[in-house]
Amino acid sequence: MGVCSALFELGGMSIMHDASGCNSTYNTHDEPRWYDTDSMVFLSGLSETEAIMGDDEKLIRDTVDAANALHPRFIALAGSPIPMVVGTDLSAIAAVIEKRTGIPSFGIAANGMRSYLMGAGEAFAALAKRFVNADAQKTDTLSANILGLTPLDFSVNGSAEDIKTFLEANGIRVVSAWAMGATLEELAGAAAAHVNLVVSYAGMATAKYLQKTYGIPYVTGVPFGENFSGNLLAHIKTAARQQTVIHAFTDRVGGDHADYTIIGESITCGSLAAAISAQTGKTARVLCPLETEAPLLTAADAQCPDETDLVSLLRAEDTVIADPLYRPVCPAGARFLPLPSEGFSGRIFRREIPNLIGKKITLL
Amino acid sequence: MLKRIQAAQAVGVKIKDAGFPSPFPAGLEYSAPARGTWNIVHTGMLIPGAHEIFVCAQGCLRGVVLTAAEMNAQDRFSMIAIKENNVLEGDMEELIIDGVTDILHRLPQQPPAVLIYTSCIHHFLVTNLKRVYKILRERFPQIDFTDCYMNPIMRKSGLNPDQLMRRQLYAALTPLPLDPRAVNIIGNDLPTLASSEFVQLIKNAGYTLRDITTVKSYAEYKQMAASAVNLTYNPAAVPAGDTLARRMGAVHYYLPASYDLDEIEATLHRLAEILHTDCPDVAPLRQQADQALRETKALLGNTPVAIDYTATFRPLSLARLLLRYGVQVKTVYADGFLAEEASDFESIRTLCPSLMLYPTAHAAMRFARPQASQERILAIGQKAAYFTASRHFVNVVETGGMLGFDGIVRLCGLIQDAYMHEKDTKSLIQIKGLGCGCCF
Repeated sequence: MGVCSALFELGGMSIMHDASGCNSTYNTHDEPRWYDTDSMVFLSGLSETEAIMGDDEKLIRDTVDAANALHPRFIALAGSPIPMVVGTDLSAIAAVIEKRTGIPSFGIAANGMRSYLMGAGEAFAALAKRFVNADAQKTDTLSANILGLTPLDFSVNGSAEDIKTFLEANGIRVVSAWAMGATLEELAGAAAAHVNLVVSYAGMATAKYLQKTYGIPYVTGVPFGENFSGNLLAHIKTAARQQTVIHAFTDRVGGDHADYTIIGESITCGSLAAAISAQTGKTARVLCPLETEAPLLTAADAQCPDETDLVSLLRAEDTVIADPLYRPVCPAGARFLPLPSEGFSGRIFRREIPNLIGKKITLL
Repeated sequence: MLKRIQAAQAVGVKIKDAGFPSPFPAGLEYSAPARGTWNIVHTGMLIPGAHEIFVCAQGCLRGVVLTAAEMNAQDRFSMIAIKENNVLEGDMEELIIDGVTDILHRLPQQPPAVLIYTSCIHHFLVTNLKRVYKILRERFPQIDFTDCYMNPIMRKSGLNPDQLMRRQLYAALTPLPLDPRAVNIIGNDLPTLASSEFVQLIKNAGYTLRDITTVKSYAEYKQMAASAVNLTYNPAAVPAGDTLARRMGAVHYYLPASYDLDEIEATLHRLAEILHTDCPDVAPLRQQADQALRETKALLGNTPVAIDYTATFRPLSLARLLLRYGVQVKTVYADGFLAEEASDFESIRTLCPSLMLYPTAHAAMRFARPQASQERILAIGQKAAYFTASRHFVNVVETGGMLGFDGIVRLCGLIQDAYMHEKDTKSLIQIKGLGCGCCF
């Protein structure tokens, strides 16, 4: 779902190479834009016989036919468990499709066994490698790209727009937003920015690529809360000036028994923890059940993909902030503050997902 | 965009030019946001007290766990996520055995039945499921374990997942002395309306009628094994009826749902014969259906009508009936047709050769929906409503339990209501499993 969510608004065609189920799961639960936006997300309809016989030509032919009829800007092929098991080479298939259609195509080795962050991250990175224009001139004034922006972490409640507004209002021009409310042309001009703001782990691979290839430094963090968003702004300016990487939320006050324990994606939840600490002076830590990396966690935080580990870590906590579906695994005596996440509970609590950008945190 | 819309329009075919049973080439698949049909999570929950455990990759788990959450059934649902190391290390059997054991030990009380859904990957890795179930049955002898499958990769090989699920729904039944005065209706997600002459005939003949959609307890479910007669009218339920009858030493009759008035009458006579009873005089019932159809035509006038395959197993049979009464059926949305529809297909080619057939899953159908309906179109079914952007639609799936003459009368009532009153299509059709209590 991460691949499709990342590429949804850019005019491309995303194909999940799978038998069935992926497409309806994604666009029922995880894609709030599905009903009203005509994005080309399709399923290959892989069958047992095709998988066993290695009939890649069926996928190629079907994709070429659809592309010739629907004229996408690019074609992305995403894998699933069975293509992984039978060793389907999606990059090679994409190359054949590109040769036959003339449309930029790439394969993403998703396998359904990792979180949306990895798929979205690889999709963004593939776009960057393929489309970012090396000749783009740096803007005259301070500018940034926003990386890792999908409804899975930011829903469709105005957060994406408000991040852009926040930056622009504070003198930072937004060159591109990967990839909500943006065009493929805007993404192609990303090398013109002075700094990247990584708002979820889905943007990390692209940030590293743009740093390595174009020398653009990056800052991780989301402008949550009134105080932390100000801190983040300062970090963005520092990073641009000093050409350094800054994880804006990792210098917060923490501890094994924090006042608040937040479960979720590392950059958004880390930012929320920092915003809470900055606002209240209380301690907050993150338990991340998803993919992340050590620099994005403080000593008090933990990565815990296993539910058993999570339950164990939650045992002594007083206040837990998490998606409502986590409530059953939280200690009975703990105070539970629901903070729905589209990437976890899908559409179920969509109407209750708050927009915390630049605002005082009121859910406490 | 114009080219894409043209591509969508080009996918349609007049029925006079269409092939049967598959009018459209296979290709990339689109999924329209009409979610009222049931899936294997909803169906499995029909067994009272049963606990579902899905074993698959987290990407696949996502759809089913959120399905369970939306129907407020998290307490009856667990999952075991397959990770890359499980595939590489070959410990799939232990993963299932240990995972299920751990889940059952953690439940506040042990369920009477556990449905374990394995997935495509188990098929490809040749997981020894016999060993898995043997060990689990030895470890938990008081629990009925049923092997269920979420393996869509097999949907073109033998029984598809929908047929398999309906069959496995009765796998926990064990032979009981047969009661010759008891009848099961097998394989439906929704109960057959008690007002239908089908149900009335069974009850008036003094038979006990059992249906998984109405059983209240696990004991009542198990009692279905005692019914001497099993009836199906949903084509996807036929393997379920055959298998159950063979296992229980009972009989199974497939009495296909139909909208043809003569076929309905013949089916009732056949049912009476099976039950060794007299068939009631069906003339008044038939007359009521006829009257309802005439009233519907009078109300709709020349309003175009679209039907889709999710509303009924027999969209062509329904289209044929409505066309015979002058209703302006213009479009049928279906990706393929059942063999039962062959005569309806041929009949409509003569009756209305310009009737358009459209697929629902073809990639170009992504661009089929107009921004707003240009004229009032009466849609029967959620996908027809979506593709025509109609707010005048009949919100049913799988016939909605409406069967026979009574079903036609009730369906006509719903059509008339839909004609007169708008619905919030966008909200209604996105609710999963219509009729199963989903809360979204």
